[in-house]
Amino acid sequence: MSGTNKRHEPVNEHDLNVARVMRNKSRRSFLVMGISAMAGFAGWKWLTARPEAGSLSYPLRRTLEFNERLAKSYFDETRLAPTFPREMAREPRVNGGEGLPAGLDPLAWKLQVLDAGEIRTVTLEHIKRLPRVEMTTEHKCIEGWSVIVNWAGARLSDFATEYNLGTRDGTPPGIRNRSRNLVRYVGLETPDGGYYVGMDIQSALHPQTLLCYAMNGEPLSIDHGAPLRLVTTVKYGLKSIKRIGKITFTDARPGDFWAERGYDWYTGL
Amino acid sequence: MRILERKHPLAIRWFHWVNFPVLFMMIWSGLLIYWSNAVHRLLLGNYTLFTFFPDRFFEALGVPYRLAEGMSLHFFFMWFFALNGLLYVFYAVVSGEWRYLVPNRDSFSEAIRVALHDLRLSKIEPPPRKFNGAQQIAYTTVILMGAGSLVTGLAIYKPVQFAWLMNLLGGYEWARWEHFWLAVGYVLFFVIHVMQVARAGWNNFRAMVTGYEIATVRIQSSLERPNSSIHTEGTTS
Repeated sequence: MSGTNKRHEPVNEHDLNVARVMRNKSRRSFLVMGISAMAGFAGWKWLTARPEAGSLSYPLRRTLEFNERLAKSYFDETRLAPTFPREMAREPRVNGGEGLPAGLDPLAWKLQVLDAGEIRTVTLEHIKRLPRVEMTTEHKCIEGWSVIVNWAGARLSDFATEYNLGTRDGTPPGIRNRSRNLVRYVGLETPDGGYYVGMDIQSALHPQTLLCYAMNGEPLSIDHGAPLRLVTTVKYGLKSIKRIGKITFTDARPGDFWAERGYDWYTGL
Repeated sequence: MRILERKHPLAIRWFHWVNFPVLFMMIWSGLLIYWSNAVHRLLLGNYTLFTFFPDRFFEALGVPYRLAEGMSLHFFFMWFFALNGLLYVFYAVVSGEWRYLVPNRDSFSEAIRVALHDLRLSKIEPPPRKFNGAQQIAYTTVILMGAGSLVTGLAIYKPVQFAWLMNLLGGYEWARWEHFWLAVGYVLFFVIHVMQVARAGWNNFRAMVTGYEIATVRIQSSLERPNSSIHTEGTTS
Protein backbone atom coordinates (compact mmCIF):
# COMPACT_ATOMS: atom_id res chain seq x y z
CA MET A 1 0.00 0.00 0.00
CA SER A 2 1.18 3.48 -0.72
CA GLY A 3 0.57 4.38 2.92
CA THR A 4 4.05 2.98 3.61
CA ASN A 5 5.52 4.32 0.39
CA LYS A 6 9.12 5.34 0.99
CA ARG A 7 9.77 7.24 -2.18
CA HIS A 8 9.69 10.82 -1.04
CA GLU A 9 10.81 11.17 2.53
CA PRO A 10 12.40 9.24 5.36
CA VAL A 11 9.93 7.33 7.48
CA ASN A 12 9.16 9.02 10.74
CA GLU A 13 6.88 8.39 13.67
CA HIS A 14 4.17 10.65 12.34
CA ASP A 15 4.04 9.04 8.89
CA LEU A 16 3.86 5.57 10.42
CA ASN A 17 0.97 6.76 12.52
CA VAL A 18 -0.81 8.12 9.46
CA ALA A 19 -0.27 4.82 7.68
CA ARG A 20 -1.68 2.91 10.65
CA VAL A 21 -4.77 5.09 10.86
CA MET A 22 -5.28 4.68 7.10
CA ARG A 23 -4.97 0.91 7.39
CA ASN A 24 -7.64 0.82 10.08
CA LYS A 25 -9.95 3.02 8.04
CA SER A 26 -9.31 0.87 4.99
CA ARG A 27 -10.03 -2.36 6.82
CA ARG A 28 -13.31 -1.04 8.14
CA SER A 29 -14.41 0.53 4.84
CA PHE A 30 -13.52 -2.43 2.67
CA LEU A 31 -15.22 -4.74 5.14
CA VAL A 32 -18.41 -2.67 4.94
CA MET A 33 -18.12 -2.62 1.18
CA GLY A 34 -17.57 -6.36 0.98
CA ILE A 35 -20.51 -7.10 3.24
CA SER A 36 -22.70 -4.69 1.25
CA ALA A 37 -21.66 -6.31 -2.00
CA MET A 38 -22.50 -9.75 -0.61
CA ALA A 39 -25.83 -8.46 0.68
CA GLY A 40 -26.54 -7.01 -2.75
CA PHE A 41 -25.64 -10.27 -4.40
CA ALA A 42 -27.81 -12.21 -1.95
CA GLY A 43 -30.63 -9.80 -2.73
CA TRP A 44 -30.21 -10.47 -6.43
CA LYS A 45 -30.26 -14.24 -5.82
CA TRP A 46 -33.37 -13.84 -3.70
CA LEU A 47 -35.05 -11.67 -6.33
CA THR A 48 -34.50 -14.09 -9.17
CA ALA A 49 -35.18 -17.31 -7.26
CA ARG A 50 -38.63 -16.44 -5.89
CA PRO A 51 -41.64 -18.57 -6.88
CA GLU A 52 -43.15 -17.35 -10.10
CA ALA A 53 -46.35 -15.45 -10.77
CA GLY A 54 -47.16 -15.37 -14.46
CA SER A 55 -43.72 -16.72 -15.47
CA LEU A 56 -42.05 -14.01 -13.41
CA SER A 57 -40.43 -14.04 -9.99
CA TYR A 58 -43.16 -12.65 -7.74
CA PRO A 59 -41.27 -9.57 -6.41
CA LEU A 60 -40.85 -8.48 -10.01
CA ARG A 61 -44.52 -9.19 -10.71
CA ARG A 62 -45.50 -7.19 -7.61
CA THR A 63 -43.31 -4.35 -8.84
CA LEU A 64 -45.09 -4.35 -12.20
CA GLU A 65 -48.39 -4.23 -10.32
CA PHE A 66 -47.12 -1.35 -8.19
CA ASN A 67 -46.11 0.48 -11.37
CA GLU A 68 -49.58 -0.29 -12.73
CA ARG A 69 -51.35 1.27 -9.74
CA LEU A 70 -49.15 4.34 -10.06
CA ALA A 71 -49.82 4.61 -13.79
CA LYS A 72 -53.58 4.17 -13.26
CA SER A 73 -53.64 6.94 -10.69
CA TYR A 74 -52.04 9.23 -13.26
CA PHE A 75 -54.00 7.96 -16.27
CA ASP A 76 -56.37 10.45 -17.84
CA GLU A 77 -58.69 9.48 -20.69
CA THR A 78 -58.52 13.02 -22.04
CA ARG A 79 -54.84 12.58 -22.86
CA LEU A 80 -54.61 11.42 -26.45
CA ALA A 81 -51.83 9.89 -28.48
CA PRO A 82 -50.58 12.24 -31.21
CA THR A 83 -52.19 11.77 -34.61
CA PHE A 84 -50.44 12.01 -37.98
CA PRO A 85 -51.33 12.99 -41.53
CA ARG A 86 -53.09 10.18 -43.38
CA GLU A 87 -50.24 9.99 -45.97
CA MET A 88 -47.78 8.86 -43.31
CA ALA A 89 -49.66 5.59 -42.76
CA ARG A 90 -47.80 2.37 -43.57
CA GLU A 91 -48.63 -1.31 -43.61
CA PRO A 92 -47.82 -2.78 -40.19
CA ARG A 93 -45.88 -6.02 -39.92
CA VAL A 94 -47.87 -9.18 -39.18
CA ASN A 95 -46.52 -10.42 -35.88
CA GLY A 96 -47.68 -13.78 -34.51
CA GLY A 97 -50.66 -15.95 -35.37
CA GLU A 98 -51.95 -17.12 -31.97
CA GLY A 99 -55.70 -17.60 -32.01
CA LEU A 100 -55.90 -17.01 -35.76
CA PRO A 101 -56.22 -20.44 -37.39
CA ALA A 102 -57.01 -20.59 -41.09
CA GLY A 103 -60.56 -21.22 -42.23
CA LEU A 104 -62.50 -18.36 -40.67
CA ASP A 105 -65.88 -17.76 -42.30
CA PRO A 106 -66.32 -14.00 -42.04
CA LEU A 107 -70.01 -14.23 -42.91
CA ALA A 108 -70.73 -16.63 -40.07
CA TRP A 109 -68.76 -14.51 -37.61
CA LYS A 110 -70.59 -12.98 -34.68
CA LEU A 111 -69.36 -11.13 -31.66
CA GLN A 112 -70.35 -12.46 -28.26
CA VAL A 113 -70.66 -9.89 -25.49
CA LEU A 114 -70.77 -10.93 -21.85
CA ASP A 115 -71.83 -8.44 -19.23
CA ALA A 116 -73.26 -9.10 -15.76
CA GLY A 117 -73.89 -12.74 -16.61
CA GLU A 118 -75.83 -11.81 -19.72
CA ILE A 119 -74.71 -12.96 -23.18
CA ARG A 120 -75.49 -10.92 -26.27
CA THR A 121 -74.63 -11.55 -29.87
CA VAL A 122 -73.65 -8.68 -32.12
CA THR A 123 -72.97 -8.64 -35.86
CA LEU A 124 -70.54 -6.51 -37.81
CA GLU A 125 -73.48 -4.49 -39.15
CA HIS A 126 -74.39 -3.48 -35.61
CA ILE A 127 -70.89 -2.18 -35.07
CA LYS A 128 -70.74 -0.39 -38.40
CA ARG A 129 -73.92 1.45 -37.47
CA LEU A 130 -72.07 3.15 -34.60
CA PRO A 131 -70.28 6.45 -35.37
CA ARG A 132 -67.30 5.70 -37.60
CA VAL A 133 -64.05 7.02 -36.15
CA GLU A 134 -60.87 7.28 -38.14
CA MET A 135 -57.44 7.89 -36.65
CA THR A 136 -53.88 7.83 -37.94
CA THR A 137 -51.74 6.91 -34.96
CA GLU A 138 -48.48 5.30 -34.07
CA HIS A 139 -48.89 1.59 -33.38
CA LYS A 140 -46.25 0.66 -30.81
CA CYS A 141 -45.05 -2.89 -30.44
CA ILE A 142 -43.68 -4.09 -27.09
CA GLU A 143 -40.69 -5.37 -29.08
CA GLY A 144 -39.67 -1.79 -29.72
CA TRP A 145 -40.76 -1.03 -33.26
CA SER A 146 -43.55 1.35 -34.17
CA VAL A 147 -45.48 2.15 -37.31
CA ILE A 148 -47.98 4.81 -38.24
CA VAL A 149 -51.28 3.26 -39.34
CA ASN A 150 -54.66 4.67 -40.34
CA TRP A 151 -57.46 2.84 -38.54
CA ALA A 152 -61.24 3.07 -38.82
CA GLY A 153 -63.92 1.61 -36.60
CA ALA A 154 -66.26 2.35 -33.72
CA ARG A 155 -65.12 3.49 -30.34
CA LEU A 156 -65.41 0.73 -27.76
CA SER A 157 -66.88 3.39 -25.49
CA ASP A 158 -69.62 4.16 -28.07
CA PHE A 159 -70.30 0.45 -28.35
CA ALA A 160 -70.54 0.11 -24.56
CA THR A 161 -72.81 3.14 -24.38
CA GLU A 162 -75.10 1.82 -27.12
CA TYR A 163 -75.49 -1.55 -25.40
CA ASN A 164 -75.33 -0.33 -21.78
CA LEU A 165 -72.21 -2.34 -21.03
CA GLY A 166 -69.72 -2.15 -18.24
CA THR A 167 -71.73 -0.40 -15.55
CA ARG A 168 -73.00 -1.85 -12.31
CA ASP A 169 -76.46 -0.29 -12.60
CA GLY A 170 -76.84 -1.02 -16.31
CA THR A 171 -76.82 2.64 -17.35
CA PRO A 172 -74.63 3.69 -20.28
CA PRO A 173 -70.98 4.23 -19.26
CA GLY A 174 -70.99 7.86 -20.40
CA ILE A 175 -68.96 10.81 -19.25
CA ARG A 176 -71.05 11.25 -16.11
CA ASN A 177 -70.68 7.62 -15.11
CA ARG A 178 -67.50 7.73 -13.10
CA SER A 179 -65.33 4.89 -11.98
CA ARG A 180 -67.38 3.68 -9.01
CA ASN A 181 -70.18 2.58 -11.26
CA LEU A 182 -67.91 0.95 -13.83
CA VAL A 183 -66.80 -2.66 -13.76
CA ARG A 184 -63.03 -2.87 -13.48
CA TYR A 185 -61.98 -4.84 -16.54
CA VAL A 186 -62.65 -5.86 -20.09
CA GLY A 187 -61.46 -9.20 -21.44
CA LEU A 188 -61.28 -9.98 -25.15
CA GLU A 189 -60.54 -13.26 -26.87
CA THR A 190 -60.39 -14.81 -30.31
CA PRO A 191 -63.23 -17.16 -31.39
CA ASP A 192 -61.09 -20.21 -30.57
CA GLY A 193 -59.78 -18.72 -27.33
CA GLY A 194 -56.22 -19.14 -28.58
CA TYR A 195 -55.35 -15.50 -27.88
CA TYR A 196 -56.82 -13.35 -25.17
CA VAL A 197 -56.12 -9.99 -23.57
CA GLY A 198 -57.25 -8.15 -20.48
CA MET A 199 -57.60 -4.41 -20.08
CA ASP A 200 -58.56 -1.99 -17.35
CA ILE A 201 -61.93 -0.37 -18.08
CA GLN A 202 -60.45 3.15 -18.26
CA SER A 203 -58.18 2.15 -21.13
CA ALA A 204 -60.98 0.22 -22.82
CA LEU A 205 -63.21 3.31 -22.76
CA HIS A 206 -60.44 5.64 -23.93
CA PRO A 207 -61.53 7.60 -27.05
CA GLN A 208 -58.68 6.06 -29.03
CA THR A 209 -59.71 2.49 -28.30
CA LEU A 210 -61.55 1.23 -31.37
CA LEU A 211 -63.40 -1.84 -32.51
CA CYS A 212 -61.66 -1.62 -35.84
CA TYR A 213 -62.87 -2.94 -39.21
CA ALA A 214 -60.72 -0.98 -41.68
CA MET A 215 -57.02 -0.25 -42.00
CA ASN A 216 -55.32 2.23 -44.34
CA GLY A 217 -58.57 2.74 -46.24
CA GLU A 218 -59.25 -0.97 -46.90
CA PRO A 219 -61.47 -3.43 -45.10
CA LEU A 220 -59.42 -5.30 -42.54
CA SER A 221 -57.55 -8.22 -44.10
CA ILE A 222 -57.49 -11.67 -42.48
CA ASP A 223 -53.83 -11.17 -41.55
CA HIS A 224 -54.61 -7.95 -39.76
CA GLY A 225 -57.58 -9.29 -37.82
CA ALA A 226 -60.71 -9.41 -39.98
CA PRO A 227 -63.54 -9.09 -39.45
CA LEU A 228 -63.10 -7.06 -36.26
CA ARG A 229 -60.07 -6.28 -34.17
CA LEU A 230 -59.20 -4.01 -31.30
CA VAL A 231 -56.92 -1.04 -31.77
CA THR A 232 -55.81 1.09 -28.87
CA THR A 233 -53.17 3.80 -28.55
CA VAL A 234 -52.91 3.49 -24.78
CA LYS A 235 -51.39 0.00 -24.80
CA TYR A 236 -48.65 -1.80 -26.65
CA GLY A 237 -49.77 -3.60 -29.79
CA LEU A 238 -50.09 -6.93 -28.01
CA LYS A 239 -53.38 -5.74 -26.47
CA SER A 240 -54.77 -4.82 -29.89
CA ILE A 241 -56.24 -8.29 -30.36
CA LYS A 242 -57.18 -9.46 -33.84
CA ARG A 243 -60.36 -11.37 -34.80
CA ILE A 244 -62.31 -10.66 -31.62
CA GLY A 245 -64.76 -13.45 -30.81
CA LYS A 246 -65.83 -12.51 -27.32
CA ILE A 247 -65.81 -9.40 -25.15
CA THR A 248 -66.39 -9.72 -21.41
CA PHE A 249 -67.06 -6.86 -19.01
CA THR A 250 -66.06 -8.07 -15.57
CA ASP A 251 -64.71 -7.25 -12.12
CA ALA A 252 -62.40 -10.26 -12.18
CA ARG A 253 -59.04 -9.51 -13.75
CA PRO A 254 -59.14 -11.31 -17.11
CA GLY A 255 -56.38 -13.63 -18.18
CA ASP A 256 -53.88 -12.24 -20.64
CA PHE A 257 -51.89 -14.33 -23.10
CA TRP A 258 -48.62 -12.43 -22.78
CA ALA A 259 -48.97 -11.56 -19.10
CA GLU A 260 -49.03 -15.32 -18.47
CA ARG A 261 -45.73 -15.48 -20.35
CA GLY A 262 -43.82 -13.03 -18.20
CA TYR A 263 -44.98 -9.68 -19.55
CA ASP A 264 -46.63 -6.86 -17.65
CA TRP A 265 -50.41 -7.26 -17.51
CA TYR A 266 -51.09 -3.54 -17.78
CA THR A 267 -48.58 -2.41 -20.43
CA GLY A 268 -50.15 1.05 -20.42
CA LEU A 269 -48.61 3.76 -22.53
CA MET B 1 5.28 14.48 5.86
CA ARG B 2 2.02 12.74 5.23
CA ILE B 3 -1.42 13.62 6.29
CA LEU B 4 -4.82 12.04 5.91
CA GLU B 5 -6.96 14.19 3.73
CA ARG B 6 -10.74 13.88 3.62
CA LYS B 7 -11.75 13.51 0.01
CA HIS B 8 -15.16 11.95 -0.59
CA PRO B 9 -18.04 12.29 1.90
CA LEU B 10 -19.69 9.06 3.03
CA ALA B 11 -22.95 9.87 1.22
CA ILE B 12 -21.21 10.42 -2.10
CA ARG B 13 -19.37 7.14 -1.74
CA TRP B 14 -22.62 5.28 -1.08
CA PHE B 15 -24.36 6.95 -4.02
CA HIS B 16 -21.41 6.06 -6.24
CA TRP B 17 -21.18 2.41 -5.26
CA VAL B 18 -24.92 1.83 -5.20
CA ASN B 19 -25.14 3.30 -8.67
CA PHE B 20 -22.54 0.92 -10.04
CA PRO B 21 -24.55 -2.36 -9.83
CA VAL B 22 -27.85 -0.55 -10.41
CA LEU B 23 -26.65 1.07 -13.63
CA PHE B 24 -25.15 -2.25 -14.63
CA MET B 25 -28.57 -3.88 -14.22
CA MET B 26 -30.25 -1.08 -16.17
CA ILE B 27 -27.83 -1.58 -19.06
CA TRP B 28 -28.07 -5.36 -18.92
CA SER B 29 -31.88 -5.40 -18.81
CA GLY B 30 -31.88 -2.69 -21.47
CA LEU B 31 -29.84 -4.99 -23.67
CA LEU B 32 -32.37 -7.80 -23.10
CA ILE B 33 -35.08 -5.40 -24.27
CA TYR B 34 -33.11 -3.91 -27.13
CA TRP B 35 -32.42 -7.30 -28.72
CA SER B 36 -36.02 -7.68 -29.93
CA ASN B 37 -35.66 -4.63 -32.13
CA ALA B 38 -31.93 -4.15 -32.56
CA VAL B 39 -32.00 -1.46 -35.22
CA HIS B 40 -29.33 1.04 -34.26
CA ARG B 41 -26.28 1.46 -36.42
CA LEU B 42 -23.21 3.61 -36.74
CA LEU B 43 -23.41 5.10 -40.20
CA LEU B 44 -20.91 6.92 -42.36
CA GLY B 45 -23.11 8.34 -45.06
CA ASN B 46 -24.97 5.26 -46.22
CA TYR B 47 -22.26 2.88 -45.17
CA THR B 48 -22.81 0.88 -41.97
CA LEU B 49 -19.68 1.03 -39.84
CA PHE B 50 -21.11 -1.00 -36.98
CA THR B 51 -24.40 -2.71 -36.17
CA PHE B 52 -25.57 -2.66 -32.54
CA PHE B 53 -25.06 -5.53 -32.12
CA PRO B 54 -23.81 -8.44 -34.18
CA ASP B 55 -25.80 -11.66 -33.59
CA ARG B 56 -22.71 -13.34 -32.20
CA PHE B 57 -22.48 -10.69 -29.50
CA PHE B 58 -26.09 -11.25 -28.39
CA GLU B 59 -25.69 -15.01 -28.49
CA ALA B 60 -22.41 -15.02 -26.57
CA LEU B 61 -24.11 -13.11 -23.75
CA GLY B 62 -27.29 -15.21 -23.83
CA VAL B 63 -29.47 -12.22 -24.62
CA PRO B 64 -31.98 -13.57 -27.21
CA TYR B 65 -35.67 -14.14 -26.29
CA ARG B 66 -35.55 -12.50 -22.87
CA LEU B 67 -37.64 -9.40 -23.58
CA ALA B 68 -40.22 -10.04 -20.84
CA GLU B 69 -37.53 -10.65 -18.24
CA GLY B 70 -35.61 -7.59 -19.42
CA MET B 71 -38.65 -5.34 -19.10
CA SER B 72 -39.51 -6.60 -15.62
CA LEU B 73 -35.93 -5.99 -14.46
CA HIS B 74 -35.76 -2.58 -16.15
CA PHE B 75 -39.00 -1.47 -14.48
CA PHE B 76 -37.74 -2.76 -11.12
CA PHE B 77 -34.25 -1.26 -11.09
CA MET B 78 -35.43 2.03 -12.60
CA TRP B 79 -36.71 3.01 -9.17
CA PHE B 80 -33.32 2.48 -7.55
CA PHE B 81 -31.54 4.24 -10.38
CA ALA B 82 -33.86 7.26 -10.22
CA LEU B 83 -33.97 7.45 -6.43
CA ASN B 84 -30.21 7.09 -6.00
CA GLY B 85 -29.55 9.68 -8.69
CA LEU B 86 -32.05 12.19 -7.34
CA LEU B 87 -30.74 11.79 -3.78
CA TYR B 88 -27.21 12.26 -5.07
CA VAL B 89 -28.08 15.50 -6.84
CA PHE B 90 -30.02 16.70 -3.81
CA TYR B 91 -27.07 15.92 -1.55
CA ALA B 92 -24.53 17.51 -3.89
CA VAL B 93 -26.56 20.72 -3.97
CA VAL B 94 -27.29 20.91 -0.24
CA SER B 95 -23.78 19.96 0.91
CA GLY B 96 -22.02 22.24 -1.53
CA GLU B 97 -20.17 19.31 -3.12
CA TRP B 98 -21.43 20.54 -6.46
CA ARG B 99 -18.75 23.24 -6.33
CA TYR B 100 -16.04 20.64 -6.92
CA LEU B 101 -17.99 19.00 -9.71
CA VAL B 102 -19.55 21.64 -11.88
CA PRO B 103 -17.18 22.98 -14.55
CA ASN B 104 -16.29 26.65 -14.54
CA ARG B 105 -14.99 28.84 -17.34
CA ASP B 106 -11.45 27.48 -16.99
CA SER B 107 -12.46 23.83 -16.97
CA PHE B 108 -12.54 23.40 -20.72
CA SER B 109 -9.04 24.64 -21.46
CA GLU B 110 -7.82 22.75 -18.42
CA ALA B 111 -9.55 19.61 -19.66
CA ILE B 112 -7.63 19.85 -22.92
CA ARG B 113 -4.34 20.16 -21.02
CA VAL B 114 -5.26 17.17 -18.84
CA ALA B 115 -6.18 15.12 -21.89
CA LEU B 116 -2.87 16.01 -23.59
CA HIS B 117 -1.01 15.04 -20.43
CA ASP B 118 -2.85 11.74 -20.07
CA LEU B 119 -2.21 10.92 -23.71
CA ARG B 120 1.47 11.59 -23.00
CA LEU B 121 1.54 14.51 -25.41
CA SER B 122 2.31 17.05 -22.73
CA LYS B 123 4.34 17.06 -19.53
CA ILE B 124 2.26 19.64 -17.69
CA GLU B 125 0.80 17.94 -14.62
CA PRO B 126 -2.95 18.20 -13.98
CA PRO B 127 -3.74 20.66 -11.19
CA PRO B 128 -3.74 19.02 -7.76
CA ARG B 129 -7.35 19.87 -7.07
CA LYS B 130 -9.93 17.29 -6.00
CA PHE B 131 -11.32 17.21 -9.52
CA ASN B 132 -9.50 18.69 -12.49
CA GLY B 133 -11.28 20.29 -15.43
CA ALA B 134 -11.54 17.03 -17.38
CA GLN B 135 -13.07 15.30 -14.39
CA GLN B 136 -15.49 18.15 -13.76
CA ILE B 137 -16.71 17.94 -17.33
CA ALA B 138 -16.87 14.14 -17.37
CA TYR B 139 -18.65 13.76 -14.03
CA THR B 140 -21.11 16.57 -14.66
CA THR B 141 -21.87 15.17 -18.10
CA VAL B 142 -22.57 11.71 -16.75
CA ILE B 143 -24.99 13.17 -14.19
CA LEU B 144 -26.77 15.06 -16.97
CA MET B 145 -26.84 11.83 -18.98
CA GLY B 146 -28.52 10.15 -16.01
CA ALA B 147 -31.17 12.86 -16.04
CA GLY B 148 -31.46 12.36 -19.81
CA SER B 149 -32.03 8.65 -19.35
CA LEU B 150 -34.81 9.30 -16.85
CA VAL B 151 -36.50 11.83 -19.13
CA THR B 152 -36.19 9.83 -22.36
CA GLY B 153 -37.09 6.66 -20.46
CA LEU B 154 -40.26 8.22 -19.10
CA ALA B 155 -41.22 9.39 -22.59
CA ILE B 156 -40.79 5.87 -23.99
CA TYR B 157 -42.46 4.23 -20.98
CA LYS B 158 -45.61 6.41 -21.08
CA PRO B 159 -45.65 8.04 -24.52
CA VAL B 160 -49.38 8.85 -24.38
CA GLN B 161 -49.66 10.12 -20.81
CA PHE B 162 -46.46 12.12 -21.37
CA ALA B 163 -47.05 12.83 -25.05
CA TRP B 164 -45.85 16.43 -24.56
CA LEU B 165 -42.51 15.13 -23.31
CA MET B 166 -42.25 12.61 -26.13
CA ASN B 167 -42.96 15.37 -28.67
CA LEU B 168 -40.38 17.60 -27.01
CA LEU B 169 -37.80 14.87 -27.54
CA GLY B 170 -38.69 14.65 -31.23
CA GLY B 171 -41.27 11.85 -31.10
CA TYR B 172 -41.31 8.24 -30.01
CA GLU B 173 -38.61 6.95 -32.37
CA TRP B 174 -36.24 9.77 -31.48
CA ALA B 175 -36.81 9.27 -27.76
CA ARG B 176 -35.85 5.62 -28.21
CA TRP B 177 -32.78 6.63 -30.19
CA GLU B 178 -31.70 9.09 -27.50
CA HIS B 179 -32.30 6.54 -24.75
CA PHE B 180 -30.14 4.00 -26.59
CA TRP B 181 -27.20 6.31 -27.23
CA LEU B 182 -27.18 7.46 -23.64
CA ALA B 183 -26.70 3.81 -22.66
CA VAL B 184 -23.81 3.52 -25.11
CA GLY B 185 -22.43 6.68 -23.54
CA TYR B 186 -22.39 5.08 -20.07
CA VAL B 187 -20.38 2.16 -21.39
CA LEU B 188 -17.85 4.53 -22.97
CA PHE B 189 -17.72 6.55 -19.76
CA PHE B 190 -17.17 3.37 -17.77
CA VAL B 191 -14.26 2.21 -19.93
CA ILE B 192 -12.42 5.54 -19.70
CA HIS B 193 -13.28 5.95 -16.02
CA VAL B 194 -11.84 2.55 -15.09
CA MET B 195 -8.70 3.20 -17.15
CA GLN B 196 -8.18 6.56 -15.47
CA VAL B 197 -8.79 5.13 -12.00
CA ALA B 198 -6.27 2.38 -12.72
CA ARG B 199 -3.59 4.84 -13.73
CA ALA B 200 -4.34 7.20 -10.85
CA GLY B 201 -3.41 4.42 -8.48
CA TRP B 202 -4.41 2.82 -5.24
CA ASN B 203 -4.39 5.90 -3.02
CA ASN B 204 -6.98 7.54 -5.24
CA PHE B 205 -9.15 4.43 -5.56
CA ARG B 206 -9.02 3.78 -1.83
CA ALA B 207 -10.35 7.29 -1.24
CA MET B 208 -13.58 6.32 -3.01
CA VAL B 209 -13.99 3.50 -0.49
CA THR B 210 -12.62 4.99 2.72
CA GLY B 211 -13.16 8.66 2.02
CA TYR B 212 -9.53 9.48 2.85
CA GLU B 213 -6.44 9.98 0.79
CA ILE B 214 -2.87 10.11 2.05
CA ALA B 215 -1.37 13.39 0.99
CA THR B 216 2.24 14.49 1.22
CA VAL B 217 2.76 17.88 2.75
CA ARG B 218 5.98 19.67 1.89
CA ILE B 219 6.08 21.93 4.89
CA GLN B 220 7.21 19.72 7.76
CA SER B 221 6.64 22.05 10.64
CA SER B 222 2.88 21.99 10.85
CA LEU B 223 0.21 19.31 11.19
CA GLU B 224 -2.32 21.75 9.84
CA ARG B 225 -3.08 21.45 6.20
CA PRO B 226 -1.29 24.38 4.51
CA ASN B 227 -3.60 25.56 1.82
CA SER B 228 -1.22 26.31 -0.99
CA SER B 229 1.59 23.83 -0.56
CA ILE B 230 -0.20 20.56 -0.58
CA HIS B 231 0.75 17.86 -2.99
CA THR B 232 -1.42 14.85 -3.60
CA GLU B 233 0.27 11.69 -4.74
CA GLY B 234 -0.39 10.67 -8.28
CA THR B 235 -3.09 12.04 -10.50
CA THR B 236 -6.59 11.86 -9.24
CA SER B 237 -9.50 10.37 -11.08
